[in-house]
Amino acid sequence: MSSSEHKHHDYHLIDPSPWPIMGAASAFVTAVGAIIWMKSLDDGDGVFGLTGWLPFAIGFTMILVTMFVWWRDVINEAEVEKAHTPVVQIHLRYGMIMFIMSEVMFFVAWFWAYFDVALFPGAGVMGFEAREAVTGGQWPPVAMETDGGYLKGTFDPWGIPLLNTIILLTSGATVTYAHHALLKDDRKGLIWGLALTVILGLTFTGFQVYEYMLASFSFGGHIYGATFFMATGFHGVHVIIGTIFLAVCLYRAIKGHFTAKQHFGFEAAAWYWHFVDVVWLFLFVSIYVWGAGTPIAH
Amino acid sequence: MSTQAHAADHDHDHKPGFVKRWLFSTNHKDIGTLYLIFAMVGGIIGGFLSMGIRAELAEPGMQIFSNPHMFNVFTTAHGLIMVFFMIMPSLFGGFGNWFVPLMIGAPDMAFPRLNNISFWLLPPALGLLVMSLFVEGPSGMNGAGIGWTAYPPHSTSGHPGPAVDFAILSLHLAGASSILSSINFITTIFNMRAPGMTLHKMPLFAWSILVTAFLLLLSLPVLAGAITMLLTDRNFGTTFFDPAGGGDPVLYQHLFWFFGHPEVYVIILPGFGLVSHIISTFSKKPVFGYLPMAYAMVAIGAVGFVVWAHHMYTAGLSLDTQAYFLAATMVIAVPTGIKIFSWIATMWGGSLSFPTPMLFAIGFIFLFTVGGVTGVVLANPGIDRAFHDTVYVVAHFHYTMSIGALFTLFAGWYYWFPKMTGFMYNEALGKLHFWMIFIGVNVTFFPQHFSGMAGMPRRHADYPDALAGWNMVSTIGAWITSAAMAVFFFAMVLAFMRKQKAGDNPWGVGATTLEWTVSSPPPFHTFEKLPKVK
Repeated sequence: MSSSEHKHHDYHLIDPSPWPIMGAASAFVTAVGAIIWMKSLDDGDGVFGLTGWLPFAIGFTMILVTMFVWWRDVINEAEVEKAHTPVVQIHLRYGMIMFIMSEVMFFVAWFWAYFDVALFPGAGVMGFEAREAVTGGQWPPVAMETDGGYLKGTFDPWGIPLLNTIILLTSGATVTYAHHALLKDDRKGLIWGLALTVILGLTFTGFQVYEYMLASFSFGGHIYGATFFMATGFHGVHVIIGTIFLAVCLYRAIKGHFTAKQHFGFEAAAWYWHFVDVVWLFLFVSIYVWGAGTPIAH
Repeated sequence: MSTQAHAADHDHDHKPGFVKRWLFSTNHKDIGTLYLIFAMVGGIIGGFLSMGIRAELAEPGMQIFSNPHMFNVFTTAHGLIMVFFMIMPSLFGGFGNWFVPLMIGAPDMAFPRLNNISFWLLPPALGLLVMSLFVEGPSGMNGAGIGWTAYPPHSTSGHPGPAVDFAILSLHLAGASSILSSINFITTIFNMRAPGMTLHKMPLFAWSILVTAFLLLLSLPVLAGAITMLLTDRNFGTTFFDPAGGGDPVLYQHLFWFFGHPEVYVIILPGFGLVSHIISTFSKKPVFGYLPMAYAMVAIGAVGFVVWAHHMYTAGLSLDTQAYFLAATMVIAVPTGIKIFSWIATMWGGSLSFPTPMLFAIGFIFLFTVGGVTGVVLANPGIDRAFHDTVYVVAHFHYTMSIGALFTLFAGWYYWFPKMTGFMYNEALGKLHFWMIFIGVNVTFFPQHFSGMAGMPRRHADYPDALAGWNMVSTIGAWITSAAMAVFFFAMVLAFMRKQKAGDNPWGVGATTLEWTVSSPPPFHTFEKLPKVK
């Protein structure tokens, strides 16, 4: 409480909150639910006599509710209580930068898996005979049917992937436009910039879903599909999270939140969006362009 | 949470009610206490598991387990619980939360609510791991017997049941907890130091938590990726680690140890920090070479990221790769040596006293030196060919990251117990605890150098008769250690019953950091007026 008579500093001491323990309980339900769901696939028996996706859905909904009420409190503390003093805003910046750093390291794992096979497809390497039998010793691999999977061909990078690259880069420009508008107190420009960014984000996701439906390789059974879908899939999830983040900012902008001086919620969304954008550029260059070439076989 | 009408909560002595104070906490000292209690629960479970391991290995043949898989389940759960649910929650979460804000003169952590979810993610994580013991792993058997490293294919096709999925999601939650608390610590240390406290005047414990937090922040997400790939390999038919689909089991080892090696420094660095304070306090001298001590930890953290494949010398790495990882690993001995010699130099010519925390600190220096020396031995790929997967390795890493870290934990516990509780522990019992556990762990682990060199494999429930002697000695050592822990818990119960007042600073002029300037126990809110540091 910022008005406490004992407080002689600008830090933000927060009242006790039920949301953290509720979030942890939600995570537990989600985790157990995920296992029940995974063990129900292919007519599995589930766990503890429970089957299906419902426990997972309940847990995940609890997480979404927790996030909503928690961040509602944060926004109230910023907008109503004015608790986000300059030093607290610096905290938030550091926090967001480090969150993005950890996200970068998460994608390192996916790129590592990709380059492990893309740089070493196994040609003539002792111990990699099984891999060579799948890849043909080259990257992208030769078209191949494996036990439980297949690769018939890779995407043409200059079709939908290039279009999506342009869409994301444009969205980076529109979010910057929104930021500059905000700095000049141009609320209309802010709202339009954000709305355009959200629309571009949704368009990207739509194209990505469409592209997935055209894929001529499988997620299971073949290393190409495994690395492709996990890397681009986690990127897609981050695009969706970023789009929601920007959409919340759009709603807040319409409600009259943010000032030219104080708008870290918006900036954090913009940083996150740029991060998602940069990850896409690396995916585009290394997986789509550099890894293109297996002819479409059908 | 409604945000009005709680101004009273922030009065000095007024504490919120039980539920609000302990379940909904946003107070760094209360959350630190929760972490310490949780670590004690984890330590008791992990300790019982280790006694199961030693009871099985007391003699050749199967002793207490009906099949070797159950033994593997015990070693797996022992390792994961001791790392993620005992050492990390106590040294990083517990002491970090309690003393980083106090030492840097901050009123609380930067993100108090985030701090609370960092803690509360741990009980569900431990719950998932314990649940994994009671669901099917391999066909017809319960539990995950995959080792704490969870290498495929044993963790994928070897365990079709859900036990490994429970263990994996347990690690996901524990990892999320550590990433969030790392963000919190780094932000707190960078932005909330008292006026005048530059980074180069900051206490070494805060430095150690800062480096540890960076290690966790950058390594845990890679583990998250690796175990997510395990999860999809297990449940969705992907072939990241399956050569039949073009995958590579060694990829998992790289990803795991890219996390796993920084993780061992995560375990020991907070101990490095607090041992420096304890040695300085009881030598009545400032730490010798403060700046080199701080930057040695930074160097250990940085180099710790580029040595991971020394865990994989027998996995088929090229000769050049092995040579690089040999050289890089040896480099770590330099900053570690700086620390060991600086601790000795701090004591040199000091006005020494030897209460329990000092005994544990010196005991740690001995243990860590032994473990460090065997580490240099194991860094050599040529020697590692013979020692890999023997209990020589078990002896090495227990001397460093297990009992080494545990001794720093006890040193910190006895050092700060009067500050946290306001009570003094019984010095005679503390010393008895130290000597019993010091003898116990050395009797347990020192012989494992011998039996390891003689070929005693790790992660095996049975062994040839020729190795019976030293194994029996190890098991006797484990019983001595258990007795020492009984003395510890008795000493703690006694301290809470006697309620002997400790005073604000029971350690005298050597204790110079800011936590000794507040009362014992400290008020609910400390440093509401920021201290000035010259």
